Amino acid sequence: MDHPSTVHHVDHGHKPHEHAHDLPFWRKYIFSVDHKVIGIQYAITALLFLFFGFSLMMLMRWQLAYPGQPIPLIGNLLGMANAPGGIMLPEFYNQLGAMHGTIMVFLGVVPLAVGGFGNFVVPLQTGAPDMAFPRLNMASYWVFFIGGVVMLASFFVPGGAANSGWTSYVPLAAIATTGQTWWLFGMVFLITSSLLGSVNFITTIVQLRAPGMTWLRLPFFVWAQLVTAFLLLLAFPPLEAAAVLQVMDRVAGTSFFLPSGLVVSGQALTNTGGGSPLLWQHLFWFLAHPEVYVLILPAMGIVAEILPNVIRKPLWGYRFLVYSIVFLGFMSFVVWAHHMFMTGMGTTMSAFFQTTTMIISIPSVVILSAFFVSLYGGSIRFTTPALFAIAFLPMFGIGGLTGLPLGLAATDIHLHDTYYVIGHFHYVVAPGTIFALFAGIYYWFPKATGRQMNRVLGVLHFWGSFICINLVFFPMFIQGLAGINRRLYDGGIQYQHAAPLQHWNVIQGWAAWGLGAFQIFFIINFFWSMKRGRPVTANAWDATTLEWVAAPSPPGHGNFPTPPRVYRGPYEYSVPGAPTDFTPQNQPDTGPNAVRDFHAETLAHDKFKLLEK
Amino acid sequence: MQRKAQIGRAETTTPMEEIIPYTVETRPDTGLNNVKLGIWLFLASEVMLFGALFSSYIILRTGADTWPLGATILNVPLATLNTVVLIASSVTMVMSWASLKMDDVSKYRLYMGATVALAFVFLIVKYFEYTAKFEHGLWPRTSTFLAIYFTMTGLHGLHVVGGIIVNTFLLLPGAKMWKTQRERFTNRVEAAGLYWHFVDLVWIFLFPVLYLL
Repeated sequence: MDHPSTVHHVDHGHKPHEHAHDLPFWRKYIFSVDHKVIGIQYAITALLFLFFGFSLMMLMRWQLAYPGQPIPLIGNLLGMANAPGGIMLPEFYNQLGAMHGTIMVFLGVVPLAVGGFGNFVVPLQTGAPDMAFPRLNMASYWVFFIGGVVMLASFFVPGGAANSGWTSYVPLAAIATTGQTWWLFGMVFLITSSLLGSVNFITTIVQLRAPGMTWLRLPFFVWAQLVTAFLLLLAFPPLEAAAVLQVMDRVAGTSFFLPSGLVVSGQALTNTGGGSPLLWQHLFWFLAHPEVYVLILPAMGIVAEILPNVIRKPLWGYRFLVYSIVFLGFMSFVVWAHHMFMTGMGTTMSAFFQTTTMIISIPSVVILSAFFVSLYGGSIRFTTPALFAIAFLPMFGIGGLTGLPLGLAATDIHLHDTYYVIGHFHYVVAPGTIFALFAGIYYWFPKATGRQMNRVLGVLHFWGSFICINLVFFPMFIQGLAGINRRLYDGGIQYQHAAPLQHWNVIQGWAAWGLGAFQIFFIINFFWSMKRGRPVTANAWDATTLEWVAAPSPPGHGNFPTPPRVYRGPYEYSVPGAPTDFTPQNQPDTGPNAVRDFHAETLAHDKFKLLEK
Repeated sequence: MQRKAQIGRAETTTPMEEIIPYTVETRPDTGLNNVKLGIWLFLASEVMLFGALFSSYIILRTGADTWPLGATILNVPLATLNTVVLIASSVTMVMSWASLKMDDVSKYRLYMGATVALAFVFLIVKYFEYTAKFEHGLWPRTSTFLAIYFTMTGLHGLHVVGGIIVNTFLLLPGAKMWKTQRERFTNRVEAAGLYWHFVDLVWIFLFPVLYLL
């Protein structure tokens, strides 16, 4: 693997595209084992689910803005069981709410952030020819796909889809209609899929790093994906256990989560009782709190890739960012019960979990501060990914800071289950994570397709989305502080304290539909640029990381024409004395330390070779 | 060096795995090959799965007004027999892997066959235990104790079935790999063995927790 042999290898002329052309269509694009194809499959499926989940919300927004009025245009298509005469029934509103949450989290954001970006980018950034287990990777996508189909199909079973919230709290969920059982089976598929995926990600990152790609030379995005994969690996199985127990409660008549003496609609349940509803909440949130970090960490990773590239400066405090994100990963396993302050689990428990919750905010603040400090003194290139990535910072900041009052048991008593909670986590996930995901799509689109996305459409998409999304979510803080409950299907019209704030629902409704309309710019841009976008070279953004500097756009089978070798960290922008304002990770040192470094590398190398024998 | 040679081969119709480094050989700085790391990660998630179930058991039991002694309802002698059967199958599993290490593929077949057979014995005994309960009208819905008993042993039983599928594959069609890639096949058997020991280990926790305590 020394330099002469690299040259030797180039002479042989590895042609990465040849092999891929041999495969029939269905092996190349449908049942592909190539991580790039699987990544794109994940991304497109997840984008479709995101749009579907958002459409459910647009229906709900009509009901909140104009309660009891027939839904225009599509109202009559929703079926007599859901919306007779186009007027939404409360039961249907509950289905939409539960499925909006489930679809956005488990079928939209996570598959896009982890399955899509993780699959496409991680092997390229680590210098790997593919994921460690390509067939497992394919299985992971198709299991996810089946899970998605089960979730969608549940809308058509008697009684409709799950309607007990995305949290499926018992005993409500245990006595809900058949859709809940479908939801549980769908979740088992999704959990299995993310389990297969996370094993694959960790193995890839640990084992397939290119020579010279030491741990602290990994791009921050890869670190984010590594921590995310550990969260998925260790936090999801307890929900799988919980789903099995709830299925038993619903199908086999057990009482894991059903207390004694439960009376439903005036009739006592025949279950033996003795179960614990609180147990479900513990098992659910043991997954679902790390899940929040699964939603946000890849987004932070994407922003960390784009920021240094657009400000042409190194990322500030790379090491601190790495330590912070690892610490964040550990801490995310011990904060779950801050979702349960109101359950009567006791003040000692509350005190413990509010303490850990305050501690976990520290690494998040470190990461966000490092991003802000990075901006200082930079000359920012306002490309489309830059707009979304920079907007992520204040949006995630609002989302994070408004979480602190919820993490303190005393203030949570007032805010619990109000619109304030909805506002808080949507600021984290929607203008936070989803903006970062859009930034990632605009940023890596040239790598995936070899073409640049249109800037004018991108800027329109950004500003439209930015204004609308804030109009949707900011009023929620006002409504929440006024004490409006988050689950009222008519927006609280019969409550006196909600009356002075009803007009916000109309504004939020129009903002939500506007937000939907502005996504049309993105959809047009996406398809138009695939065929007609400006062709780009391998390094479309003058970036430093391996996917840009060592692989063509789009990369072929096996990713790299020659196996890359890494000599430096990921963010060497504007290095004084360097010929360009970016120094690729695979560029050997030519500065005054070059001789010393070369000897160190050679020594390490010989050791490597000796060990290999 | 090895890695580069492999990438070079991708020009022909080599399968995807061939260009991925460390599928067989050990990566020097991590001391692992991909298969071994992958199976350990998988087992970590399995620990969390059963860990959640054992935690649920503790919470349900401590929260219950009354909780029966397992031995008064369940068949301890049969479960003891099953414990011996599973431990024996773990031993034969190790022996099958050791036989491959010693290049003795006929002994491998013998021991792997024994492992699969013992796994079937376990399931058959379990079948008699289950049907005996059902005949006495003891169902998962009868009590929370029986509910957690059927859920946990049922899930464990599914893991045994999974082990039978994997081991049978390695015994029959999968063994073809021995002719072409000996080390890779041995690694596969080792990974299947790690999984099988885990299934055994879960039972070693289930037996006292459900039957004896």
